[in-house]
Amino acid sequence: MPGLCNNGIQIKVTIMKSKILMCGNEACGEGAMLAGCTFYAGYPITPQNELTAYMARRLYDTGGVFIQAESELAAINMVFGASCAGARAMTSSSSPGISLKQEGISYLAGCELPCVIVNMQRGGPGLGNIAPSQGDYFQAVKGGGHGDYRLLVFAPASAQEFLEYTALAFDLADKYRNPVMILGDGLLGQMMEPVHMPSPKDQGGAAAEKPWTLTGCKGRKPRIIRSLLLPDGALEAHNKKLQEKFKLMTELETRSETFYTKDSNIVLVAYGSVARIAKAAVEMAREKGIKAGLIRPITLWPFPSKVIENTCVTAGPSAGSGSAPDNNRGAKKFLVVEMSAGQMVEDVRLAVNGRVPVEFYGRMGGGIPSEEEILKEIELLAGPDEKD
Amino acid sequence: MKKIKKTPKSSKPAVLQDMGSAPSARPLSLREAENHYCAGCGHGIVHRLVCEVIDEFNIREKVIAVAPVGCAVIAYDYWDFDVTEAAHGRTPAVATGIKRVRPGNIVFTYQGDGDLAAIGTAEIIHAANRGENITVIFVNNGVYGMTGGQMAPTTLAGQKTSTTEHGRSLRREGYPIKMLEMLAVLPGTRYLERVSVHSAHEVLRAKRAIKKAFQMQIENKGFSMVEVLSMCPTYWGMSPVKAADRIKSEVSTFYPLGVIKSC
Repeated sequence: MPGLCNNGIQIKVTIMKSKILMCGNEACGEGAMLAGCTFYAGYPITPQNELTAYMARRLYDTGGVFIQAESELAAINMVFGASCAGARAMTSSSSPGISLKQEGISYLAGCELPCVIVNMQRGGPGLGNIAPSQGDYFQAVKGGGHGDYRLLVFAPASAQEFLEYTALAFDLADKYRNPVMILGDGLLGQMMEPVHMPSPKDQGGAAAEKPWTLTGCKGRKPRIIRSLLLPDGALEAHNKKLQEKFKLMTELETRSETFYTKDSNIVLVAYGSVARIAKAAVEMAREKGIKAGLIRPITLWPFPSKVIENTCVTAGPSAGSGSAPDNNRGAKKFLVVEMSAGQMVEDVRLAVNGRVPVEFYGRMGGGIPSEEEILKEIELLAGPDEKD
Repeated sequence: MKKIKKTPKSSKPAVLQDMGSAPSARPLSLREAENHYCAGCGHGIVHRLVCEVIDEFNIREKVIAVAPVGCAVIAYDYWDFDVTEAAHGRTPAVATGIKRVRPGNIVFTYQGDGDLAAIGTAEIIHAANRGENITVIFVNNGVYGMTGGQMAPTTLAGQKTSTTEHGRSLRREGYPIKMLEMLAVLPGTRYLERVSVHSAHEVLRAKRAIKKAFQMQIENKGFSMVEVLSMCPTYWGMSPVKAADRIKSEVSTFYPLGVIKSC
């Protein structure tokens, strides 16, 4: 696999099954290449510039299209055009740039055009800073642009996952004809880790024939790609169709990882880089005899609400069983940790639905919570009785 | 579509024969559809000219068009080839994405003055500067027709619109933008011409220019754009005949007709 790089150093790899040291941004780019991405348009912004540079190099080598656009708006709309034309297309940016792309994302969703959008989040609001943040959760999972639409949102937690989930994102974007977002942060984007390269047989195939793309109407009726639906009821019908699709995505694409949740009294919920720190804090708590666990949403939309719900204490006899409530089963308390003022915590609270308390610990504006900070929060929640 | 007949004077049959199909026959690329444009609007003429040119080059099955936001937003209801919509002003960016993925197809944008000269200024300048091998049909009627006749970047000084009730003041609203002259300084642009559809004679010249612009793309020569001065009787507040006269007497004196750049 020639052309792989880290920080501009060319590494020629002849054995496919190998580990390569890459940052999350580069792993994301390689995941796109493995999925058959042939089009990238982007605009420079820290902390995702390694991804843009990686795509420039790899697409040049493979005869794909790379465009450094004049703006984030142009970049997302070039992706719109490339997607119309049938290409597997990607753009990437960081928080302020993703805000600019929202108009285009809404159009892509409205026109049912597949693409992959990467957001390596940085501190906000406004120009903020270039340190890692998770302040764009609402924007990513609740809409961001105008109108009723959803993005499938992946939250990888390592360079390896950036490679794998970015590749998967292209398949799912095509499957559902919907934009897919990879939501990382500056820490994951720039941290270097060994990445296992899949062998060619493990790789997904390139896009199958898409019967809706604009190719010129030779031998068929002309095709129109539009989100403008003026006749009475047409837009509502279109929205109903979109909602059916989102329902199907919720059923089939919700992903999460659980860690020690079976016997936990205190269950942490965290995603991305914070989930890795939280995992370490959970281990430290376990060493101190506190039964802590972790739920890590891998998809932020659809959100793994059922996994969280199932982890709660059941407040009464379960339907049909008639048995007494088992108050020892399940989590007694939740602790949501984010690099935000508390965004995902709202979805956790909706899933828990008041059964047990949901506490929150967050850092903002580029602050990264340490294992010790999180452990302290766990200990506070546990109280003196929780320790074995 | 009800065709807005622009029957040329009988003194010019030779020119008509040169231009190909008889003016009465509906081009293959033009669907039969009910016209949504106002009486005396120039869009119907420009739609037809584009379709005639596409037929004459026999490229209907290779064309991918990008429709704008504005009065021509449902251009795909009239055109019988592949079309996509684009967000307001992002039209050249969408066309760039399509053409780069499918260089063998013929890609054109159809944009109004709000789309191209206001909200999409960055996109048109950079598509032109990259020398994208696309064709741009720019319909300039000097107002926002779709939204109720507001001032456009191309509105002439003193012109009354719903947002300049006392006429456009150069001091307050700035100057009308000459997009072709702006783009002409960019090395990426190859063919730029301004035409009008206010008379039969000018319609024929407009068709020649549109044909040349598509020819440039077919020959891989790069970015070409035709600005078409067009009538908006509704928001100019005058009859179709007077609107056509206004282009001749007023609009075309500020926006001179002819080839701005060809290389």
